[in-house]
Amino acid sequence: MIEVIPGDPASFMLGINAREDTLAALRSEMGLDQGLVVRYLDWVSGLLVGDFGNSWTYKTPVSELISDRIWVSLPLAIYALILSTLIAFPAGILAASRRGGTSDVTIMGATQLGVAIPNFWFAMILVLIFAINLRWFSAGGFSGWDNPLHGLKSLTLPAIALALPQAAILARVMRSSLLDILAEDFIRTARAKGLTRRQALWRHAVQNALIPVLTIIGLQFSFLLAGGIIIEQIFFLPGLGRLIFQAISARDLIVVESVVMLLVFTVIMVNFVVDLTYAAVDPRLRNKACAAGSP
Amino acid sequence: MRRGLAIGTFLTLVFVGLACLSFLWIPYDIETLEISNKLKIPNAQNWLGTDHFGRDIFSMIMMGARTSIAVALLAVGIGIIIGVPLGLFSAARQGSFLDELTMRGNDLIFAFPSLVIAILITAVFGASAVNAIIAIGIFNIPVFARLTRAAALPLWERDFVMSARVCGKSDARISIEHILPNITNLMIVQGTIQFSLGILAEASLSYIGLGAQPPTASWGRMLADAQTLVSIAPHTALVPGLAILLTVLGLNLMGDGLRDFFDPRIRVGRT
Amino acid sequence: MSLLNIKDLSLSIAGVEILHNVSIDMQPGEIVAITGESGSGKSLTALATMALLPRGAVVKGQIFLDKNDILTTSELELCAIRGRKIGMVFQEPMTALNPVKTIGSQVAETIIIHEKVSKTEANKRATDMLRRVGLEVSPLRYPHELSGGQRQRVVIAMAIVLRPKLLIADEPTTALDVTTQARILELLKDLVVSFDMGLLIITHDLAVVAEIADKIVVMQNGQIVEAEKTEELLSNMKHPYTRALFNASTHRVVMPEAISSETLLSVDSVVRTYTLPRNKILGSRPNFNALDNVNFRIGHGERVGLVGESGCGKSTLTRAILGVEDVQSGQITLDGESVFSGNKPNLDVRRKMQVVFQDPYSSFNPRHRVDRLIAEPLHVLENPPVGELKDLAVLKALEDVGLMGSDAKKFIHEFSGGQRQRIAIARALIIEPELIIFDEAVSALDVSVRAQVLDLIAELCHKRPLAYLFISHDLSVVRSVTDRVMIMRDGKIVEYGETEKVFTNPQNAYTKTLISAAPRLPEATYAIEPV
Repeated sequence: MIEVIPGDPASFMLGINAREDTLAALRSEMGLDQGLVVRYLDWVSGLLVGDFGNSWTYKTPVSELISDRIWVSLPLAIYALILSTLIAFPAGILAASRRGGTSDVTIMGATQLGVAIPNFWFAMILVLIFAINLRWFSAGGFSGWDNPLHGLKSLTLPAIALALPQAAILARVMRSSLLDILAEDFIRTARAKGLTRRQALWRHAVQNALIPVLTIIGLQFSFLLAGGIIIEQIFFLPGLGRLIFQAISARDLIVVESVVMLLVFTVIMVNFVVDLTYAAVDPRLRNKACAAGSP
Repeated sequence: MRRGLAIGTFLTLVFVGLACLSFLWIPYDIETLEISNKLKIPNAQNWLGTDHFGRDIFSMIMMGARTSIAVALLAVGIGIIIGVPLGLFSAARQGSFLDELTMRGNDLIFAFPSLVIAILITAVFGASAVNAIIAIGIFNIPVFARLTRAAALPLWERDFVMSARVCGKSDARISIEHILPNITNLMIVQGTIQFSLGILAEASLSYIGLGAQPPTASWGRMLADAQTLVSIAPHTALVPGLAILLTVLGLNLMGDGLRDFFDPRIRVGRT
Repeated sequence: MSLLNIKDLSLSIAGVEILHNVSIDMQPGEIVAITGESGSGKSLTALATMALLPRGAVVKGQIFLDKNDILTTSELELCAIRGRKIGMVFQEPMTALNPVKTIGSQVAETIIIHEKVSKTEANKRATDMLRRVGLEVSPLRYPHELSGGQRQRVVIAMAIVLRPKLLIADEPTTALDVTTQARILELLKDLVVSFDMGLLIITHDLAVVAEIADKIVVMQNGQIVEAEKTEELLSNMKHPYTRALFNASTHRVVMPEAISSETLLSVDSVVRTYTLPRNKILGSRPNFNALDNVNFRIGHGERVGLVGESGCGKSTLTRAILGVEDVQSGQITLDGESVFSGNKPNLDVRRKMQVVFQDPYSSFNPRHRVDRLIAEPLHVLENPPVGELKDLAVLKALEDVGLMGSDAKKFIHEFSGGQRQRIAIARALIIEPELIIFDEAVSALDVSVRAQVLDLIAELCHKRPLAYLFISHDLSVVRSVTDRVMIMRDGKIVEYGETEKVFTNPQNAYTKTLISAAPRLPEATYAIEPV
């Protein structure tokens, strides 16, 4: 798909002044002289067996490149997701249960800020404070997984930078979902049975409020994977983001296509998992999920 | 809640005002470099200081406001002009082949991490403000299409629409006369939110060099330039970041305030 | 010793006084009904008794439950009282239960909150109580698998499982079908006797009140206007409002003579099938006949009623007659022409048919003014009036329904429910159609307003012959405004004949059940003169 773009890849790689026959030879090596369709089918069939082809820039199999980088990007995304959830859930629940009170207003104010902060700027500030001034963390680079704790440490500032804006969004969604649920009739029924406000909140409201929140978490995961691109640049992390970035600049199409496809595939998988979780949490969706086959 | 709306509108107007003002007057021309004046902290001559090329930061903020707002606004425009009719059509012909097609198309676009695709588009077709508008705009289309459809579907079930059908009105006419006026509020709120997201997106793209190119000023690129200087001249990084933060914050507060304003449930004492 | 003694209860919300000096006395084992129209404050009185008032409510007075003043009890103690000493059942069974928990666990929860018993013990008692309230399904089911009537039984079970001394029921059967309503009321009466429980029931339905209550309390605008033992009140109403209320309930409109004439609407062997979603992955999709071989005719100027419970196919039939949906077999014609014409509407047909809907709050586009709303059907005419002629047409339509010309420039939210239905009728009449479909058009209105609207319909029939199909679940209303009536069940018409004959001598078993299930006011109340 991406091959139908301006800029002949071969010319680019050899420089515009390359001689015609050299260009022809390179093109034939890269397979560019075969038909577009043939090349595409070739590539797709390769994908299915895990062979992503060879990178033009590095001359190594793309799958190797990806598997190296994914061990940075994926843990980063998961780390950020966990942080985001850990902050957002209590904040959202607290804000909803104390609606209109000081904690609610404070939390809402904080989330407004969190949503408005560009995460790369936040990253810069984090580096300024924690790496340069306090020296608790390094300003960048990834120390590898040989020492897992060090590996995590080098991912911490990036994860925080990624997580905070997402946590803000998630907290708002949690709060609004919970407020909607708290206004429902069955909460009134629960109070009429003698449950205290807190019991009604935890036993009835929270589980119901999770349902829309799960969608957002699913969406967020893909955002975290993608948002990692910029963060990886700032912190010099050897992840998928940097890979795709360098590949685009170098017009290394195979790499770009493969990484994009991988990201898309992950997103679809994550959505699928979220749908399964729906069925686990909400009994109304169970029969439908079985019957319809796809939600 | 009214306070939020007021603060938000104020902030938004400040930056929109700066952007408009930039067409008439800016303190210093940003294309002339004065290296001798570089990295001054805010003072009487340069209200927000100068950057590493000696350019006046306040002027650059004004010009950057122009870029960000123009890009985000046009991107929202694309989203609304294409997305809303698509959504209206989908809702009117719910269940039909075209509806399914539109919905699957939307889902497809949603499945792609938007930032990656925006990067792809601007990298492949060239980095420029126009391409940034297109890249961001493409992602606004499914947002508005989906929202319009979701808001329109329950309206189609309402009795007053049935009444119009009984009167023999066509679906298109009903969509325009009955459905559209009842979803405008939602569109305004969502438009404000997408506007703020557009500003963040433009800043991100400019930051990695894929947005508006020099000499056009852009807040994102100001941040990129400031990255290496953050320890010696923090104001170069803080000011553009704050500009982005405050504009987005203003728009979000305005959007939330409008949403509450339009929500009949919140209007107590107005029966 | 009173079970419940409400003394001089006054309530205001945001500075507006809603309840004023309400006093009610209730004995153990007694059934007291609070009745009145919407806005009378009945529900708030009940909520006050549970101390479950909305935020910002300021209360004065005392509510004694067995010597404790509810209004001065701490929230913690109140939580101990709710569910154990007082149980409450609300109006909407469809939303009263937590959708993600089983019904058994929700009933058991009442027990677990108040008593220290094991889960097994609680579950067992819950299951027993579900049986006791007549629910034959497994306690492991989820609410969405149950019907409205079944869900209401679950709510009742939750409320009484700890045998409270007082059960409050706020419009417990309003959202249910006539036959289901009868069964739930029977259940409540039965529980009152076996559990020796007091029942405070709130309902706007005077017939229900007359059948079930020992004592009636009538409320208007937040005040009690009359409170008396049932027999005494029914035979001797003192307050003019009480009289007006009962009078409106038993109101019979006077219709012009029924005429026989040529067929206007013809419904022939109509079948409408829906395919349901698959319930097995590889099975075929089941079919469901919403309309199963429906046949009937309406002549010019004839007034026909259609009665049925929810799910019988009324709404499908309405949509088919209006021509907004197609049918799988059979046909529907108006003056010989088919009513359904795909995407290009047949204007001849559209000109002759209009509809008035049930919900006065959703029948109008909130963004249009009244004149635009009423004038909407005009575009169907060959030469629609424009400018001044159009304004005149709108004015005439408004005056015909008892409203004023000045109302034309207002927005719909400025009008009450009854006024909106008048506007709906004005909209339906402006092009002088031959046939009007009244789809539950008075069901959402208060009793007194309903009487006025029915009078309006009668008046319009006197002015010129109007054919209509009057759809309603309320038998007494249908009886007074129709010449012939059809009873519908499961997509079929099970009985069809002259209204009086069907009511006095029903042939079909289902019709008989329907008629006997409907609560009735004693004959004596039909003779009450308004003040």
